Amino acid sequence: MAGVELAGVSKSFGGTAVLRQVSLSVQDGEFLTLVGPSGCGKSTLLRIIAGLEAQDSGEVRIGGRNVDAVPPKRRDVAMVFQSYALYPYMTVAENLALPLEMRRLTRMARLPLLGRWLPGARPIRQQIAHDVRAVAEALSIAHLLGRRPAQLSGGQRQRVALGRAMVRRPQVFLMDEPLSNLDANLRVETRTEIAELHRRLESTFIYVTHDQVEAMTMADRVAVMLGGEVIQIASPQQIYDAPAELRVAQFIGTPKINVLAGTINAGGAIEVLGAAWPLKLSGAAAGPVSLGVRAEAWELEAEVNKRPQATALSARVRHLEHLGAETLVHLNIAATELSVVARTAPAVAADLAIGARVTLRVKPEHVLVFDAAGKRLDVKSERSAALRQVANA
Amino acid sequence: MAGAAGGSRLLFATLRHLLLAAGAVIMLAPFILMLSLSLKSPAEIFAADWHLLPQTWHASENYLAAFSKQPLARYLLNGFLVTFAIFACQMLAAVPCAYALAKLRWRGRETVFALVLLGLLIPHQVTAIPLYIGMWKLGILNTYAAVILPSTISVFGIFLLRQFFKTVPDDLIHAARLDGLGEFAIVWRIMLPTAMPALLAFGLLSFVWNWNEFFWPLIVVQSERYATPPLGVLFFNNAEAGTNYGLLMAAAVVVNAPLIVAFLLAQRRFIEGVTMTGLK
Amino acid sequence: MPETSPPLDPFAAPARGRRAKVPLAERLAGWLLAGPALTLMWLMLLGPALAVLALSFTDWTFGSPQIGWAGATNYRELMADRVFWISLQNTLTYVAFVVPVSVAIGLGVALLIEAGGGLQGLYRAIYFLPVTSTLLAMALVFAFAFHPSIGIITRVLSAVGIPTTDWLKNPHTALFALASIGIWQAIGLNMVLFLAGLKAIPRDLYEAAAVDGADGAFERFRRVTWPMLGPATLFVVTITAVRSFQVFDTVAVLTEGGPNKATNVLLYQMYQEGFSFLRSAYAAAITVVFLGFVLLLTLLQVKLQERWTHYA
Repeated sequence: MAGVELAGVSKSFGGTAVLRQVSLSVQDGEFLTLVGPSGCGKSTLLRIIAGLEAQDSGEVRIGGRNVDAVPPKRRDVAMVFQSYALYPYMTVAENLALPLEMRRLTRMARLPLLGRWLPGARPIRQQIAHDVRAVAEALSIAHLLGRRPAQLSGGQRQRVALGRAMVRRPQVFLMDEPLSNLDANLRVETRTEIAELHRRLESTFIYVTHDQVEAMTMADRVAVMLGGEVIQIASPQQIYDAPAELRVAQFIGTPKINVLAGTINAGGAIEVLGAAWPLKLSGAAAGPVSLGVRAEAWELEAEVNKRPQATALSARVRHLEHLGAETLVHLNIAATELSVVARTAPAVAADLAIGARVTLRVKPEHVLVFDAAGKRLDVKSERSAALRQVANA
Repeated sequence: MAGAAGGSRLLFATLRHLLLAAGAVIMLAPFILMLSLSLKSPAEIFAADWHLLPQTWHASENYLAAFSKQPLARYLLNGFLVTFAIFACQMLAAVPCAYALAKLRWRGRETVFALVLLGLLIPHQVTAIPLYIGMWKLGILNTYAAVILPSTISVFGIFLLRQFFKTVPDDLIHAARLDGLGEFAIVWRIMLPTAMPALLAFGLLSFVWNWNEFFWPLIVVQSERYATPPLGVLFFNNAEAGTNYGLLMAAAVVVNAPLIVAFLLAQRRFIEGVTMTGLK
Repeated sequence: MPETSPPLDPFAAPARGRRAKVPLAERLAGWLLAGPALTLMWLMLLGPALAVLALSFTDWTFGSPQIGWAGATNYRELMADRVFWISLQNTLTYVAFVVPVSVAIGLGVALLIEAGGGLQGLYRAIYFLPVTSTLLAMALVFAFAFHPSIGIITRVLSAVGIPTTDWLKNPHTALFALASIGIWQAIGLNMVLFLAGLKAIPRDLYEAAAVDGADGAFERFRRVTWPMLGPATLFVVTITAVRSFQVFDTVAVLTEGGPNKATNVLLYQMYQEGFSFLRSAYAAAITVVFLGFVLLLTLLQVKLQERWTHYA
C-alpha cells in the first residue's frame, strides 16, 4: 500500500500560519494534484510529505506507516523540484545513478577511489548502470547520458529530473510545479507525457501546481488549497460542477465564473436584481447570497425580449473576444455596474455588435448558490421539484 | 530537517560554538595582548607571572609617552591625509574611465579594458624600482606626492565600477542625453549615485589597504614628517629598541584604532567589498 | 549621401548611412573620460612594469651616471646567487605552508558559521578583524608573544610539554613563526570568500541530495558543497598564494631576513638589493622573477577555472 495520509497537519513560519489542520488521503496509485494560488501552502505541504520540513502538529503516514520521525531518504518518496535541482557538476548518468548508489552501495563502497576496488561493488555498479540506462531510454534521453545539465535544454533537464525520481521506483512521486519553467508548447506536451508515465508506473503521484489547467487535465482527483487549508478534494469534473465554496468556483474555470449578488427573502425564495429566480433552497435562512453562473451556462438572445421570463437579464454587449472555436462576450447588465462573460458559438456572436442589447437567461439547474460565508447551498429548482413531484406521484 | 533528533542537534550546536569560540579567542588574542601590554608598566611586562589586566595602571604614561616620544599624532594625520588623497584621486580617475568602458562606444575601449585586466595581474611591488628612480630624478622623494602618486590608479576600482555601470540600463543614459546632459554630467550626476554601494565598499577597502601599506612608504619616506602609520610604528620600534614594550604597544593600539572603528561601523560594506573581489 | 539623423538625440546612431557610425562626440568622450586613468595607468603601473623588465637587462646601479646593456648578466648572476635560491626556497616554503593551512581553516570556519546556530555575525566579524589590522603593528605583538621566556605562546606550549625555543631567532623555526602570523591574517579573508561561495549554493541541491539519500554531513559536503565550491576554492587558493608571495612586512620588522637568511624572502631580497645595496638592475631582475611567479599562479588559476566551470 502506498497511499499517503495527512491528519491535522499544521505549520507556521515565524508568526504566520501556512498550513492549518490539513487532512487529506491519497489513494495508492492515484494522481492527485494540489492546486492553489501562490502562497497557499501547497509547496510546504509537499515538502512536509517529503520530510524536508517538519510539521508543527499532525501526522503523516505513507504506505500505512507513520513517517514523522523518518528522514526523507527512508520515506521511499522521490521529488521533482521546480528548478530540477540537478547536480551541475555531474553528468546526466551520474545524476541518475546517485540515488541508486546511495541506496545500494555501502559506505565503504562509496568512497571516492577505494570504493571501486571493493569486492562485490562491481556487480552492483554494473546493475546501477543498467538501471540508469533503462530509465534514460524510457525517457528518450539515453543519448544525453554523457552530458552535463548546462548543456541541456529546459525540456531535457526536466526529463533528467523525472528520471532521477523514477530510477528508484519510489512508492510516491512528489512534483513541485515541474512544468513552470518550460515554455507553453513544451508544457502541453510534457503534461501528456507525465500523465502517461503515471499510467505506466502505477505509482502514487502528488503534483503541486498553481495552474488550474494542469491540475484539471492530469489528475484523478484535485485538492484545492486556499489560505493554508484544503477546501475540497474531488474529481476534476466534480470540482467544476459542484464546488464546495465560492472561492473554489472562482479559482477553477476559465473564464472566471460570473458572480451575481442575490438575497433570500423572508419567504425562502431567491431574488436577483429584484426578480425572483426559480430556485428553492431547503431550510436556508434569509440573507444575502452569491450566485455563480459559468460562462457557458448563459443563453443569449440577440433581441431584447419584452416578455418577463424567469432568470432573464437585460444586458448590453461591451466587448467580444473571438477565439475561433468560440466567442467570449463581455456584457454589462443593464442598470447596474455588473459585467459578465458569456461563452457562445461564433454563429450566435456573429450577429452581435458592440453596444447591442441582449437578453441573458440561464437554466436554474446550472446556477450555483453560495451563502454569505461562501459555502455552496443545495438548491433545487422549482421545475425539478415539480418533476420530482410528478415522478413520485 | 524532519527526522533529526533534537539531541544530536543540540550536540552539534554546542560543538560548533566550542570550536568557533576557541578559534575566535585565538583570532582576538593578539588584539587583547596588544591592549593589555599597552596598559602595563615595564616591570610588569617582564614579570614572571602574567595577568590580563595590569596590577598597576600604566596606561596614561604609556599613551602620553607614545604621543610625545614620537610624533604619533603626525603619523595618524599622515595616515588620514594620504588615504583620503589616494581615494579621491582613485575616484576621480576611475569613475569616468569605468563609465567610458561600460557605456560608451569608442575605438580604444577593448584595448584599454585589456590593459586594465593586465594591470590587475601586476602586484604593486613590481613598479617600486622604476617609480623610485623616476621620483628621485624629479626630486620629489620624501614628500606626500611620492607616497600618494603610485596608488592613485586603482585598476581594481575601475574594474569594479565597470561591472556596476554595466548594470545601469542604457535607456537611462539616453534619457539623460535627451535632457541635455553632457557625458561629464552623466558620469557625476547619474552613474555615481548608482554606484554608491560599490564606492562605499571600495572606499573602505582603499582606506584600510593604503593605511596599512608599508613597502612603498618604507622606500620613499625618510623623515618622520611624511611617515604613514606603519612606518611610524617601525620608527617607534627602532627608537625603543625593544625595551619599552608598553609604549610600543600603545602606539600599535593607536595606529590600529581607526581601522577597527571603521570596520566595526561598516562591517557589512567591508565584507561586501571583499566579496566583490571574487566576482572577477 | 546626406545622413538623416533624428535632430533630438545627438548621440543616436544615424538612421541611414553607408555604415552605422558612432557619433564623434561619443567617441571623443570615451577617450577624454578614460584619459586620466589611462595616463595614470601608464605612468604608475604599466610603464614602470615595462621599465623594470628593461632595467633587468642593464647594468645600472643607483646613482651611476651611465647605463649600459648587460644582456642576461643579471639573470646569470641570479642563478648563481646562493642567497637568491635561499630566498626563493624560503618564499616557496612560506607559501606552501600558509596556503593549505589558512585555506583549510578558512573553509572550516565558513562551514561552521554557515551551518547556522546563532552568532553568525559576531563570529564573522571576529575572524575578519585581523584582515583589517596593521600587519606591522600586529607583528610586534606577535614578537612579544613569541618571546622565549615571557611570551604567551612559549608559556602555553611549555605548559603542555612541548619544547620551546626563541622562535624568531632560531633559524629552524623563524620562517614558520612568520608563517603563523601570515596564516592568522589570511584566515578571515578566506573565510569571507568561502562564505560568499557557500551562500551561492542553491538550497534545493541539498534537498535533492537528502531525498536521494545523501543527508549526512560527510555526504552533503562531498556530493554538493565541495563540488559547488570548486571555483571559489580555486580563487581563494590563488589569492592566498599571491598574497603570500608578497610577504614583506613581518620580515622587515621582525627578522630582517635573518637569522642567517632563514627568513630572507624574495621581496625582501629585492628590497635589500634595490634600496640598501643600490644594485637597481639586479633588484629589477629579482622583481621580474617575482612577477613571473605571480603571473604563473594567476594564469594557472584561469586555465583551471575554465576547465572546471561546467555549469551555467
